[in-house]
Amino acid sequence: MNATDQNDFSIVLCGQAGQGIQTVETLLMKIFKASGLNIFATKEYMSRVRGGLNSTQIRVSSEPVRAFVNRTDLLVALDKGAIEHLSKRIGDKTVILIDEKSVPDKADKLVKIPLSELANQAGGKIYANSVAVGIITGLFDIDQQLIEKQLSSFFSKKDEDVVNKNTIALKSGYEFGKSLVESNKIEIPALKSSDLSGDIVINGAQAVSIGAIACGCNFISAYPMSPSTGVLVFLSKNSKEFGIVAEQAEDEIAAINMAIGAWYAGARAMVTTSGGGFALMTEGVSLAGMLETPIVVHLAQRPGPATGLPTRTEQADLELALYAGHGEFPRIIFAPGTLRQAFELTAAAFNLADKYQIPVIILTDQYLIDSNYNIPRLNIEDIKIERFITESKADYERYEPTKDGISPRAIPGFGKGLVAVDSDEHNTEGHITEDLDLRVKMVDKRLAKLKAIKNEVVAGELWPGDKYKNLVVCWGSTYPIVKEALTFLSRDDTAMLHLAQVYPLHEDIKQLLQKAEKVTIIESNATGQLAKLIKLSTGFEIENKILKYSGLSFSVEEVTDALGNWLKEKE
Amino acid sequence: MMDSEQYNMGDIDIAWCPGCGDFGILKVLKEALAELDIAPQNLVIVSGIGQAAKIPHYLKCNFFNGLHGRALPAATAIKTANPALTVIAESGDGDMYGEGGNHFIHTIRRNPNIANFVHNNMVYGLTKGQASPTSQKGFVTPVQVAGVILEPFNPLAVAIALDASFVARAFIGDKEQTKELMKKAIVHKGYALLDIFQPCVSFNKINTNKWFKENTYYIDEKHDPANRNAAFKLACESVKLPLGVFYINKSKKPFEECITAYESYDQPLYKRQPDKIKLQELINSF
Repeated sequence: MNATDQNDFSIVLCGQAGQGIQTVETLLMKIFKASGLNIFATKEYMSRVRGGLNSTQIRVSSEPVRAFVNRTDLLVALDKGAIEHLSKRIGDKTVILIDEKSVPDKADKLVKIPLSELANQAGGKIYANSVAVGIITGLFDIDQQLIEKQLSSFFSKKDEDVVNKNTIALKSGYEFGKSLVESNKIEIPALKSSDLSGDIVINGAQAVSIGAIACGCNFISAYPMSPSTGVLVFLSKNSKEFGIVAEQAEDEIAAINMAIGAWYAGARAMVTTSGGGFALMTEGVSLAGMLETPIVVHLAQRPGPATGLPTRTEQADLELALYAGHGEFPRIIFAPGTLRQAFELTAAAFNLADKYQIPVIILTDQYLIDSNYNIPRLNIEDIKIERFITESKADYERYEPTKDGISPRAIPGFGKGLVAVDSDEHNTEGHITEDLDLRVKMVDKRLAKLKAIKNEVVAGELWPGDKYKNLVVCWGSTYPIVKEALTFLSRDDTAMLHLAQVYPLHEDIKQLLQKAEKVTIIESNATGQLAKLIKLSTGFEIENKILKYSGLSFSVEEVTDALGNWLKEKE
Repeated sequence: MMDSEQYNMGDIDIAWCPGCGDFGILKVLKEALAELDIAPQNLVIVSGIGQAAKIPHYLKCNFFNGLHGRALPAATAIKTANPALTVIAESGDGDMYGEGGNHFIHTIRRNPNIANFVHNNMVYGLTKGQASPTSQKGFVTPVQVAGVILEPFNPLAVAIALDASFVARAFIGDKEQTKELMKKAIVHKGYALLDIFQPCVSFNKINTNKWFKENTYYIDEKHDPANRNAAFKLACESVKLPLGVFYINKSKKPFEECITAYESYDQPLYKRQPDKIKLQELINSF
């Protein structure tokens, strides 16, 4: 594939932590999107604050792009270690830009750029980021006025001197970038721009956070843990504006007990955490099951066991989410695959937790949380807040028996009754009991809710349609990657089945699987956790599994190759 | 003043041993609440697990009988979600100081406007007689067979060291003083610790009713509760254990009054709806 006949172009920025790659990424996303180009950006980073090597991929495209590709068209190496760090992603066609002052010994096919020189001319080393933004935007010949507008809004809170120096740095980089194209040192594909003014660019953490606020979340308690912290940060930043209690708890145990206490008193609360933190929360999950108090958990997965790879990605906590908490009680587990699903399903989690008085877990992962792309503006009118709080009468009983197992939920201080909840087995009033006949009734009552829950399971999404011989099952964040791989393979006999709700599974899944002649599953874990759950729920065994657990997300090329090979088998 | 009868549950089965100090605490708690005119509907008692933690089952109130050691985070959140409620976190020494030790420390730092009543009998009752964090050195149990070797936890000294806004200790052998201290703790604006000595008639044959009487004394009226150093000194006394108000810091604002969530809005959380216009503007800004 030649860069010039592509619809999209993959830029990778790589440098040390603390060099400001994040700033370059954010600014470039804003500029490209404002100029009418679709963007996708994702990052991989080391668990350190300074040094090491981090990289960000930005895909710029005529068409919407949503997935990580291995292909690198342009590598901007802000550190000489970048070339070795990204060796697996550098191909024959990759153009590497590197600062003339830090060219490594073994250097061929490098395009030297005066990064530090132009930065120093603008005022110092720290302006290298703006020079880099300038060079890249110069390559794409983006309208200068548009760039300046984005730059001044980006630095709006900085003083004039800083803005001026960044502008100078950017302009000098821009001229240099243009000259690279004009002198034919680099070929840039002619990308078609379109009107994207109705689009927004967000990442997974923002999509989850906005979904939560839109559906009335007004309490978050959490302990910082990568990659889940972005949601706590977002809600904290907006705490005053939206009246949200945002508290950093002393540990994850406190976090979930606070959130359950908050729901008991009428709040709409959530916790955000990753595997290790969620492991500490599991007794709290069980408490929510027993008290029949709603709880929403955002669980952003990273590789384990134990501390694992703190800043990397994996889908290996499905079984943890599924079995977390002792005893038996119903729950719902979502695994959004797109930013829009992350927004919608987080919102839905609050309504469902409230309605069924159960834990609802939203499983994301580092890849989804840290991936950005443009999508049509989210409309909060699409979200309906459904509340299920009842005003208590004097004779109110919290666990009043009902047909569907759902007892009307009152809260203390609203009505004439008393609201008593107990982690011990309890009677209808919420008082401790050791009446073993009553115990059986209470277990049945709690589990009865599963019947109604199963009536509103999010159906799996078949793409491109329901006519297929070969079926590729996936869940969570791999959705856009698998979709792009299938687009590339362009086979009319093969479809993707993506599950955004992984528990309980939709009852149609068995039939969809049986309809296929061949089935494979794609999961970012080592043991095929969803495949195991599907076997357990439907009896259907998916024998072929495409698994990855290096800590990096699947790339489109990896999935394309793996599916290509699988399709060739027995053909 | 209300009648303390209104808190009565009628004929119920109480799981405590006859002669347990918990009965006295339950009685004075009802009286204190009645004297403060706190209606059961506006009261939430949050407890953990243990014999003391069963107390909310034995009086009329809203209650959240949660997990072992986790009463304080839940109580903090309940008060924060609806500051109009009177919230009492009440449990035993094992629950609050052992299993919940981390929450004890950080709740003091957080300073929510809740009262924290800790039944302190220096032994584990529900699990039948093992050492508690406050068991004294040398105390022999089925587990600590050669006697406790760990230093006893000193909740009052810890609380004063953390600049808790209200720190007091009572002995249920004196019901009148216990009631007065409960009332002060409930009325106090901010986190209020009341450690309550009580005998365990089944498992603690050392720290009996008689022992507490002989080994406690009332803090002199001349003690200034605003004097943190003097309070700390009192808390560190170990020959005879002082009773009364050790320390009050009136300058602290409760947690709920400090957080941004109540800066622009004053309704309890259950009455709130997100500002849709502002949220759409925020979305559009990305």
